[in-house]
Amino acid sequence: MTSTADVIDDKLLQKRLDKAMFNRRLRAFLLVLPILLFLLVVFIIPIAYFLFQGIYDKTFSSIMPQTTEVLSEWDGTSEPTEEMFAALAADMVLARENKTIGKVATRVNRDKPGSRSLFTSTARKVSKLEAPFKESLPDVKDKWNDIEVWQAMKTASRKFTPGYYAAALDLKLESDGSIVRQDEKRRIHMILMKRTLQISFLVTVFCLMLGYPIAYLLATLPAKTSNLLLILVLLPFWTSILVRTTAWIAMLQAQGVVNDLLVFFGITADDARFSLIYNKLGTLIAMTHILLPFMILPLYSVMKGIPPSYVRAAKSLGATNWTAFWRIYAPQTIPGVGAGAILVFIVAIGYYITPALVGGQEGTMISNTIDGHMRQSLNWNLAAALAGVLMIVVLSLYWLYDRIVGIDNMKLG
Amino acid sequence: MKKVTTLLAAGLAAAVGVANAADSITVVSWGGAYTKSQVEAYHKPWMAATGNTVVSEDYNGGLSEVKAQVEAGNVKWDLVDVELSDAIRGCDEGLLEEINIDDFPAGADGTPAADDFLPGTYTDCAVANIVWSTIYAYDASKMEDGPSTIADFFDTAKFPGKRGLRKNPKANLEMALMADGVAADEVYSVLETEEGIERAFAKLDSIKGDVVWWEAGAQPPQLLADGEVAMTTAYNGRIFNAVASEDKPFEIVWDGQIWDLDLWVMPKGAPNKEAAMDFMKYSTGTEALAAQASWISYGPARKSSSPLVGSFHNKPELEMASHMPTSPDNLKNALQNNFDFWADNQDQLNEQFNAWLAQ
Repeated sequence: MTSTADVIDDKLLQKRLDKAMFNRRLRAFLLVLPILLFLLVVFIIPIAYFLFQGIYDKTFSSIMPQTTEVLSEWDGTSEPTEEMFAALAADMVLARENKTIGKVATRVNRDKPGSRSLFTSTARKVSKLEAPFKESLPDVKDKWNDIEVWQAMKTASRKFTPGYYAAALDLKLESDGSIVRQDEKRRIHMILMKRTLQISFLVTVFCLMLGYPIAYLLATLPAKTSNLLLILVLLPFWTSILVRTTAWIAMLQAQGVVNDLLVFFGITADDARFSLIYNKLGTLIAMTHILLPFMILPLYSVMKGIPPSYVRAAKSLGATNWTAFWRIYAPQTIPGVGAGAILVFIVAIGYYITPALVGGQEGTMISNTIDGHMRQSLNWNLAAALAGVLMIVVLSLYWLYDRIVGIDNMKLG
Repeated sequence: MKKVTTLLAAGLAAAVGVANAADSITVVSWGGAYTKSQVEAYHKPWMAATGNTVVSEDYNGGLSEVKAQVEAGNVKWDLVDVELSDAIRGCDEGLLEEINIDDFPAGADGTPAADDFLPGTYTDCAVANIVWSTIYAYDASKMEDGPSTIADFFDTAKFPGKRGLRKNPKANLEMALMADGVAADEVYSVLETEEGIERAFAKLDSIKGDVVWWEAGAQPPQLLADGEVAMTTAYNGRIFNAVASEDKPFEIVWDGQIWDLDLWVMPKGAPNKEAAMDFMKYSTGTEALAAQASWISYGPARKSSSPLVGSFHNKPELEMASHMPTSPDNLKNALQNNFDFWADNQDQLNEQFNAWLAQ
């Protein structure tokens, strides 16, 4: 009788092993499938779709197909031809019937302010117009002779367009495809982007300065006291952002608690109260307070795991308090500092409720503009482009962080 | 025991029966004292008359929710209270159901609806219920010889103190020009020019250092009450309510007021179209509009409602007529918000305004 081991040759063994491994991997995959699908459907696809709108806009080309076609052949500088006017009139008749003329009007208006009413008012009369349209359209509104309107239409007729990303960077897409700087009076996004980065950076620094000693205290006190103190950190964390922000308004406004105390103690005069809110300072104070737990919690969890014996050993070998802290303790807290800093910074960069409420004219951030384009101007394409730029900035900072500190060094708790 | 069960069952059946027979519509408005006035004057009487229910929701204006619902084919809202600019824009973009003004009931005096509504208060897709206004107000207890003209608002030498302004170019540019001496009926033609816009911004620039910016309609009365500002622009109904309900010593300056409309619109594909249309007709009737005016100082959009406007609902001595934006005394130097101008120039002016703020 031969042993079974002899029967099974190498190949068969390999096969069975593969099969067993495959089954295990399949089971593992099936287990994570629900969360994968969930993430894909409610997170990745909507975000990707939304960001796609930053470079894709078919409003004009789908509603005005004939005009789009003749515009693609037009050089952008010569006088518009009768063919172009006729195509425009034909498209407008249909757009008026389908009630889509407003969309076209809004779209062209983004490139040439004032075009909106030109389109909507002309569309009301366009079905009664007769050829030659080169004369009858300007009879309704002489603005149709303005070549800039036609150039704006040519720009708007591009399906894939760099125009929104250009606008997000204070640039402007011209009808010939070149990109120039935006009119100086309308350059706003770069100012806001710089300010957003500056505020987020400062908030991170303040959170670190305030959070580090608190986390140290929490980690070194006896459990009974530190648990109590931890609740004091968590309680505000569990309170609504809106409540905390409005509480800061009550504290910091000109007739608020802080100013009242300053006046009471004679530090400032009653008619020269400090402006602590509705400016950048107010945004910094409120955001630092709101984001502080995001710094304290990772720091605390890292510090909790540092054995006190290291610092004692350093001291017994003759290190001063400062050297023991700086050379022995601080380096071990780096993973917590990194995690806290990156958490606070990334949450801060997308903040908008707090800056909207306490930011005044110099403390609002890029997210407030994105919010405005989402809700008020309904320019979702520009909102998507701004969000895309913001995401690229965050990802490149993340990459930079990885290069300098190393992402493996991060510990989230 | 059995009896109780039977009774219970019968009661339950009745309740279910009623719920089945009656419609429930979702009506969306701006919240606060304004929604309360609509609940008292429209929702409650209509529910009592028809047995239907109204679910009231709040929103912050703008068309984004309507656009999202219509484009996703999942419309939840039956009626929305919008500003004129959004009513026209939503209609142009095909987001709203069309209405026919001739289907609306005639006024109490028999005037057909098309003539009873004030000029320009209905469109292809919307019917106005009220006229509201952006005015400015001050705290009379802190200023004895208070301001009286729009120019005073910009005169920080004569009237020192902080100013509250909405963080939006709309209304601010117009008020700045009126304060700079432009007549109300020329404001928009001046704003059409590059120099006109420069002029408006220059005027705003003269008080920029003293401005506290507000965004939500509830903020200005609060800013005044807290003494954060000496005077502030505001929606007239909000100031009136602080005076009438909370006895605040606020005074409204009507000179240079900018009036606008709030209208009902129905998102395309609204789930309960018929009941919602019935509610729209009911709530813009002569009596309902007059009744609303006893809860908030916004002027009714129908002419036939004006004579029926009485006094504040719980203060018989407080006559409402003189507090309306449409009262002749208040219209002496007034401007109607120009929808077309803002639809054309909003994006550009918003950017310019924000860049100006950031300087």
